Amino acid sequence: METNALGAKKRNAFNFKKWSRSRNGQQTFIIIAFMIIPLLLLFVFTYLPFGEMVKFSFYDMKYVGRRTWVGLQNYKDVFQRTDCFAALKLSLYYLLGGVLQIILALYLATILSFKVKLGNLFKGCMFFPFLINGIAVGFIFKFFFTRGYVFDTVLQWCGFSLQNLPYWLKDQSVNNFSLMGASIWRYFGQNMVLFIGAIMSVDGSMYEAAELDGANKFQQFIYIILPNIKSIFVLNIMLSVSGSLSAFEPPYVITAGANGTATYFVVMDRIAHTSQKVGLASAMAVVLLGIILILTLLQKLFFKYVFKNAEDDNPKKFKREQRKLAAAKGGAAQ
Amino acid sequence: MTTKEAKKRGILWPIIKYISLIFFSFVALLPVVSCVNTSFKSMDEYRNTNVMQLPLNGIDFSNYVKAFKEANMGRAFINSGIILVCVLVGSTIIGTQLAYVLNRFKFPGNNLIRNLFLFATLLPGIAMQVPVYKIMHDLGFINHLYGYIIMMMGTDVISIYIFIQFFENIPVSLDESAILDGASYFTIYRKILLPLLKPAIVTSMLLKGVGTYNEYYCANLYLQDKTKLPTVATSLYTFVGPRGSEYTLICAGVIISLLPALVIFILCQKQIYSGIAMGAVKG
Repeated sequence: METNALGAKKRNAFNFKKWSRSRNGQQTFIIIAFMIIPLLLLFVFTYLPFGEMVKFSFYDMKYVGRRTWVGLQNYKDVFQRTDCFAALKLSLYYLLGGVLQIILALYLATILSFKVKLGNLFKGCMFFPFLINGIAVGFIFKFFFTRGYVFDTVLQWCGFSLQNLPYWLKDQSVNNFSLMGASIWRYFGQNMVLFIGAIMSVDGSMYEAAELDGANKFQQFIYIILPNIKSIFVLNIMLSVSGSLSAFEPPYVITAGANGTATYFVVMDRIAHTSQKVGLASAMAVVLLGIILILTLLQKLFFKYVFKNAEDDNPKKFKREQRKLAAAKGGAAQ
Repeated sequence: MTTKEAKKRGILWPIIKYISLIFFSFVALLPVVSCVNTSFKSMDEYRNTNVMQLPLNGIDFSNYVKAFKEANMGRAFINSGIILVCVLVGSTIIGTQLAYVLNRFKFPGNNLIRNLFLFATLLPGIAMQVPVYKIMHDLGFINHLYGYIIMMMGTDVISIYIFIQFFENIPVSLDESAILDGASYFTIYRKILLPLLKPAIVTSMLLKGVGTYNEYYCANLYLQDKTKLPTVATSLYTFVGPRGSEYTLICAGVIISLLPALVIFILCQKQIYSGIAMGAVKG
């Protein structure tokens, strides 16, 4: 054995220069060959447009034709026009929807993570809306909310009378809630699947131990499940904040932004592709991107803070012990 | 007293549990099921009966045939098929190769490249389409299937991260022994790692496939010639506008468009769930 290993070492040492040169060469070659296409695509469809977007935001321009430099005028417009920055307040609806969605998803995920009859069927039913294409979702909900159609009929079964019901997509006092509902319908299954994954990874013996100690299901949820899925829970909340700022699909496909449902991105889409004010649309995109980046940064800091809190116990104990030790030493010295 | 309470709770909780599950499954299915119901009705019947009433003539597929023809869905399915095959093959090759290089080799810029891809996920897709449209226009990619396909193959960070996570669990010793046997890096990637990566490839293909099949915003933007270049999702645009109230046809079209996704979902539930969970870790 030993002689064999020695032999191998010798051979390696002998050929090392040549070996290293050819392998390194091969490595460099494969790295370049395998990365050139993805990096090119990343550049052409992400970073080049990103740079262009920032540049466009300083011009008055259309997709084709001449452009004129206007400085910060587009940015001023974003904050001064009544339809641009003000549209961000619609995000509050989607933020509320996002929070409700997470609570609902967590509740159902908790149920489905334990033994339930037909669990997979229920899970499948609730997840499936996530897989329907956006245009179809738009039609489904236009149909669903039409006066006297599906939603109204169900409410009538529950004892409401049609005269007292609003026009769900036209009435400005409720239509954003209707869209919020559609958004929850579409995405809560996805959150639920995420939470089920997280809850399943909790060590099962913890529940047994808790049950032996007489903890009920609610207590198990509060003291075992919640702490264990804390990070994915916080992540989901954060995602729903940035998601609500960039809410786009429900209003775009269901109401096309009519009757006061145009969110920031729906307005931006209209400005960019219908009125072809590319500069203004770019400025809008840059402003929202800035906001999202700041939020992401805050989220990173928040995570750091949470992590610190979790590890705090140990350093404190350590300090206390050190203090004790020091006191003991001091006592000994005196 | 306490045992009684415990018993009560023991009965109450399962009841609440199943009521919640049934209620929310009902809510999730209701919009789709009511659509299926309407798709079987004739126009007269649709006008004169409540939408929730079951169709009188039972199951009648004539609306489906009509919707399929009028929305040019035969063409749409062919286009979507071409797009799917090209995008899936392309992005799988690109994604696995990139993940292989990023996971197996240390080189200056490795971390930078990972971060560039991560940062790209922060940029909201809709906003980016404003400058991307200009670039697509300048490249002459608009109204060509290949242009749309190349764009869709681009940065799919989620599957790249699924691949990288998977590579991390394949021992490097496997590569090393192959190197000792004189295999080139490409052979290692192609003959050893790619076959091992199969589960991850299936997962990412399912996610990417459903995403690509359902994509409508860019398809609408970059494939403007709706008679020649509809995809299944954008073919539904036929019913936007003056025809927007022919719900018997619209519902049939909607159901046709979501059938493939439904079939894939029923066949591959597990992989789709695990893909969603894996993608979220880094997303």
